[in-house]
Amino acid sequence: MGISRRKFLGWMGAAGMAATVGKSAAASSTGQFTGFPDSKAVLHDITRCIGCRSCEDSCNKVNALPGPDQPFSDLTVLEENRRTTSKSFTVVNQYSNTSKPEKPVFRKIQCNHCLEPACASVCFVRAFTKTPVGPVTYDPDVCVGCRYCMIACPFDIPTYEYDEPLTPRIMKCTMCAPRIEEGKLPGCVSVCPTEALTFGSRKDLIKMARERILNYPDRYVDHIYGENEMGGTSWLYLSGVPFHEIGMREDLGIKPAPELTSGALGIVPMVVGLWPVLLTGIYGMTKRKEKIASNEKAAAVSDTLKRANSEAAKKLAAAIEKERLDKEKALEAAEKRKEKAIREALEKAAAKKEEDAADSPEPDNKKVHTTDDTMRSEEDS
Amino acid sequence: MSGETSTVKRTLITPFNVITGMIVLVGLMITVLRFTKGLGAATNLSDYHPWGIWIGFDLLVGVALAAGGYVTSAAVYIFGMKRYHFAVRPAVLTGFLGYLFVVVALHYDLGRPWRLPYPFIMGWGTTSLLFEVGLCVALYLTVLFLEFSPAPLEWLGFKKTRNLAVRLTMVLTILGVVLSTLHQSSLGALFLIAPSKLHPLWYSPYLPVFFFVSSIIAGLSMVMFEGMLSHHAFHEKMDETHLTESDSLTIGFGKAASLVLAGYFTIKIIGVAAGNHWDLLTTPYGIWFLVEIIGFVALPCFLYAVGVRDKNVKWIRYTAAWTVLGIVINRLNISVIAFNWHLPAADRYVPHWMEIGISVFIVTLIILFYRFIVTRMPILYEHPDYQGGGH
Repeated sequence: MGISRRKFLGWMGAAGMAATVGKSAAASSTGQFTGFPDSKAVLHDITRCIGCRSCEDSCNKVNALPGPDQPFSDLTVLEENRRTTSKSFTVVNQYSNTSKPEKPVFRKIQCNHCLEPACASVCFVRAFTKTPVGPVTYDPDVCVGCRYCMIACPFDIPTYEYDEPLTPRIMKCTMCAPRIEEGKLPGCVSVCPTEALTFGSRKDLIKMARERILNYPDRYVDHIYGENEMGGTSWLYLSGVPFHEIGMREDLGIKPAPELTSGALGIVPMVVGLWPVLLTGIYGMTKRKEKIASNEKAAAVSDTLKRANSEAAKKLAAAIEKERLDKEKALEAAEKRKEKAIREALEKAAAKKEEDAADSPEPDNKKVHTTDDTMRSEEDS
Repeated sequence: MSGETSTVKRTLITPFNVITGMIVLVGLMITVLRFTKGLGAATNLSDYHPWGIWIGFDLLVGVALAAGGYVTSAAVYIFGMKRYHFAVRPAVLTGFLGYLFVVVALHYDLGRPWRLPYPFIMGWGTTSLLFEVGLCVALYLTVLFLEFSPAPLEWLGFKKTRNLAVRLTMVLTILGVVLSTLHQSSLGALFLIAPSKLHPLWYSPYLPVFFFVSSIIAGLSMVMFEGMLSHHAFHEKMDETHLTESDSLTIGFGKAASLVLAGYFTIKIIGVAAGNHWDLLTTPYGIWFLVEIIGFVALPCFLYAVGVRDKNVKWIRYTAAWTVLGIVINRLNISVIAFNWHLPAADRYVPHWMEIGISVFIVTLIILFYRFIVTRMPILYEHPDYQGGGH
């Protein structure tokens, strides 16, 4: 039988006397979310579990799930390593006990109802809610069926109705949120015959668990699984064997799931804010570079043109100058030739004069005149 | 008479038509099964493996390989590589079709696809990276549609609307880069939530950076790889610029890809160092990780460099195909192969043939749409009425 509220409160009274957790310590903590005040939780004392599967049976009935393939009284299924499915929100598995092989260990698996659930943080329609009471609930009316919650859950809890073509839902333990609201215990807790399951305020249950470890140090591993795992869960575990030996991961760390993605999410607004500035800047720089390049090109072209023009002018001037010089030279040459011709003619004439003077002096005068005429005509041309 | 029938036969019953026809037929049959019997009937998905190749290939690979759109338009319009202008249209078209069919494929995987707009109507789940991916993909699909719109508008002869769309080019390009940066990286960031499930060699706080940088590589390689395929299939559709400039584009993009791959290789090694996971490199998963990092990152980086040095266009294009394969392997490693690596073999996921069938079906549809559009619209050539129009 499970525990009644009254009985539970009685225990708490006794536990409260022994447990002395300073209030100021909690108040001066670093702002870590340690759960809603007075939120409910369940303590699973694995050392008390006998693997009777009553909790599975009760869960099935309370949640109106389809009947099992094998009856819940059939304990042979314990030999397989099972997980939660869309038809069973909780399963009990059997593990061999390394220290006491004659006494196998049984562990119940169901949603741990994290304080800061991974499933809720990754759901893009906010189908999951961590209620202040404790349960993590799911709303199929908004679910799109992306199954990211199943990827995210570090405990492999959410399951899916793969054979449902039109209205598939995520299926998982609800901690019997509707029953809790009615003041009842969760289905599994209410039927546990060995009190391996205890329902109550999370803070009180942690105290109770500490006390059990303190009172029976040989019976328990000195660790409350779920107190800090993934930021803390609303399902707490006590075990007599190391938790990794009964399929519970001890490498999850104490960081709540949302912290894993908060960095990446935080960069988004920075990219939105700065990328356009950066890109426009690069665009502006490219434009400017292009403009400078085209300006430079234009300048180079005009410069080349100018240089070509001035060179052409120089060449022209030089050509004109050369022409002038050539002409002068030609004139000079002509003058020289003329002078030479005159000289020669005079010499010739003089020589002839001497000769004629020697022969007959009369025709000689006529000859000189002729020479004079020739010279005059030469000058005119 | 007999000659005529044989020509009719030749035009209809080509190997291409027969194969695509069969793929489409099988795809439609699986579609009916999927939507009448549920995911369970067509997939090997399980409670341990809620995401298979419809996410790993259709979504992650699809989005990465559609990065050519933002990479090319950024190169041309923002970084001023105007020589590559001719490559913008085919790249934007592939990007648009890629994203469109990512969304189509998503309808197969979602439990209730008709609720796809719910994140923006029912609950703004802003703490989810999937919300960010969804919002960015929805916006970017719109941007790509607008970026692509001048081509059909020219084809249909709507001059005014076309000119209006062209005037948006700069704004759309900047928006495209912003949105792509966000969702390409966020697809990697999706897995940040599961350090206990993804193998430590692939899990890294840098996952978003890895995904963004590798999307640039995917975009560059895809443009080159696609160029190779287009040159075989649509040679007669290409104009002078396309034919003469595509070699210089391949060499330019090859150089860029080699450079980015070198950076990507460096940050992947930094990722291993940051997690101090050197000891895992000798495990079977470590060897597979090395195959990815050396065979599909370092090797193509080197091969691209050699191809660029030798100006060997064919070599660069084959390297591009190899790099694209590397991107496929990387995305499947993260989403399927190295995910839930700690589980016993019996609980691991191997895709159902029908899942592969739908993925092949989707790729075939993209090719058919691409072919339909490039054989009709001015994609591989400039429309004579709008030459030198700047888009």
